[in-house]
Amino acid sequence: MNTALSNFLASDFFYKFSRSPVAIAAFIVTMTLVLSAFFAPVIATQNPFDPGSLNLMNGFSKPGVVNDFTGETFFLGTDDQGRDIYSTILYGLRVSLFVGFSAVLFAMILGATLGLIAGYTGGRVDSIIMRIADIQLTFPAILIALLIFGIAKGITPPSYRDEVAIWVLILAIGLSDWVQFARVVRGATLVERNKEYVQAAKLIGRSPFSIMIKHILPNTLGPVLVIATISLALAIIAEATLSFLGVGAPPTQPSLGTLIRIGQSFLFSGEWWILFYPAVTLLALALSVNLLGDWLRDALNPKLK
Amino acid sequence: MTSPLIKVDHLTRVFDVSKPWLNRVIERESKQYLRAVDDVSFEINKGETLALVGESGSGKSTIAKMLVGLLKPTSGSVLFDGHPIRMDTSKDMQQLRKRFQMIFQSPYASLNPRWKVTDIIAEPMIVLDVEKDRIQIKKRVEKLLELVGLSGKEGNKFPHEFSGGQRQRIAIARALSANPEFIVCDEPTSALDVSVQAQILNLMRDLQDELGLTYLFISHDLSVVRHMANRVGVLYLGALEEVADSEALFKTPKHPYTRMLLDAVPDLEMTGRKRKEITGEIPNPINPPSGCTFHPRCPYAEKRCKIEKPKLLETDSGAAACHFV
Repeated sequence: MNTALSNFLASDFFYKFSRSPVAIAAFIVTMTLVLSAFFAPVIATQNPFDPGSLNLMNGFSKPGVVNDFTGETFFLGTDDQGRDIYSTILYGLRVSLFVGFSAVLFAMILGATLGLIAGYTGGRVDSIIMRIADIQLTFPAILIALLIFGIAKGITPPSYRDEVAIWVLILAIGLSDWVQFARVVRGATLVERNKEYVQAAKLIGRSPFSIMIKHILPNTLGPVLVIATISLALAIIAEATLSFLGVGAPPTQPSLGTLIRIGQSFLFSGEWWILFYPAVTLLALALSVNLLGDWLRDALNPKLK
Repeated sequence: MTSPLIKVDHLTRVFDVSKPWLNRVIERESKQYLRAVDDVSFEINKGETLALVGESGSGKSTIAKMLVGLLKPTSGSVLFDGHPIRMDTSKDMQQLRKRFQMIFQSPYASLNPRWKVTDIIAEPMIVLDVEKDRIQIKKRVEKLLELVGLSGKEGNKFPHEFSGGQRQRIAIARALSANPEFIVCDEPTSALDVSVQAQILNLMRDLQDELGLTYLFISHDLSVVRHMANRVGVLYLGALEEVADSEALFKTPKHPYTRMLLDAVPDLEMTGRKRKEITGEIPNPINPPSGCTFHPRCPYAEKRCKIEKPKLLETDSGAAACHFV
């Protein structure tokens, strides 16, 4: 373990990272947000979705100003129901990150599996999978997510809707995003499957399945990792968009997008902070993850060395 | 006379090289086929090295792939010690797979870059169920590494930490992993430096003596073939033109194509022999010449050669496919 760490510190990858201020800044911002989401119950001042901890008299407290009625101070202010914006952001970040990570993981597993099968099998299977992918690419991802969300809403009984909403969201974003994983993995598989080490594995009678999993998949993971990082930013934004449109995370489990939607209705009555702080957090998260993904792509690309 | 270890019987492989269906319909073209290997028969006896030589596109590698079950023959068969080689993974076929192996051309592509050397070498043992015990596997891998001239400790490294010659040694160790009797070597030295080539070739010869291996050695380098082979088969456009004992073939080539190949070898000993250039190019195999496929380049070609395809006929030291032998 110790050698693994020292190997990593001595690697090219770490050297490049230490020389890139943008990457370091993006990494710090991302890690801060991820960690604060993870420890939200510890560092939040209240659980904003536990009605017992709320005081309606705290409603519309201005950021950093003492509330006239209760004497409490909220440094990012409160919304109409007296929920502390700082705490709602932490809890919203949790939902956004969970949905983003899960959706990307789902898209990655689905896309990599289909891409691997398409590339290795070739022929008709390849044509069918990649034509489906091509057709899906002609639709905007958000439209597909809306469609899946709508269908899922139609087939789930109303009493379960809030419970399954998060999972439907993950499914919808994941299904709208698998195509690029499939394409990249298929491309890499086409290159790898003709290499002689695959022939050597075939020669000893290994099954196509174990050749795909043990030999080809590990050699396609580099580009997949890069796409996954960039996809994470896109998935977080997609989730926020869906939630903003009112079809995403339910009000009982609001994500950053839901918070922005809630805040938007108070914007013109002067309570700007309800919208502003969640929006800034979303911006910081998406931007830093995106920058990190961009840097990763350049760092792992041997042609740009 | 013992029965041969490998018996290749009228082996033929045809590839479909047609354009996609839609293009064929629009351009009104018919399907096109390429006869990569055309009715090739030969035998390999236990303990000997048969070399196959030929220009690019003569079907050497296709034959190699069919021999080890990586490619299905269009017709004809390969018998390994009397058992037909098939592509499935049935129990008796897996049993047969223990007995043959292959060394590939490029030591850079033939080792999985994400696997440690130990795992690469151990893979055939594990998959073919030769050895199950983990400690025994580890011991055997170390032994194999030492056998091919590497240190037993180097199994913990990844392939990219080795040079080309060392990588080919690892590939040889992997080939020996399941204790095979027969190894197909598909141009095992053509991707290596000349200085390293000799080391690898000598290693392969030593291993042959030590382990009693049988080789099918594929190469386009005649000096390498001369060093390695007991018998040599010359391929031209997928067909066997001449098979003879190595010595006889290099001294008294029977087929005009063999003669042309030998004349083209640069004369490093400076005996004053004029080097004759190879004339012409290997014809398009999709549309091969009629009769003897070599007739457009043959200095002795006559009318008969354009019409009638010569059969492989026995000579005093082997067999040749030419009307004038």
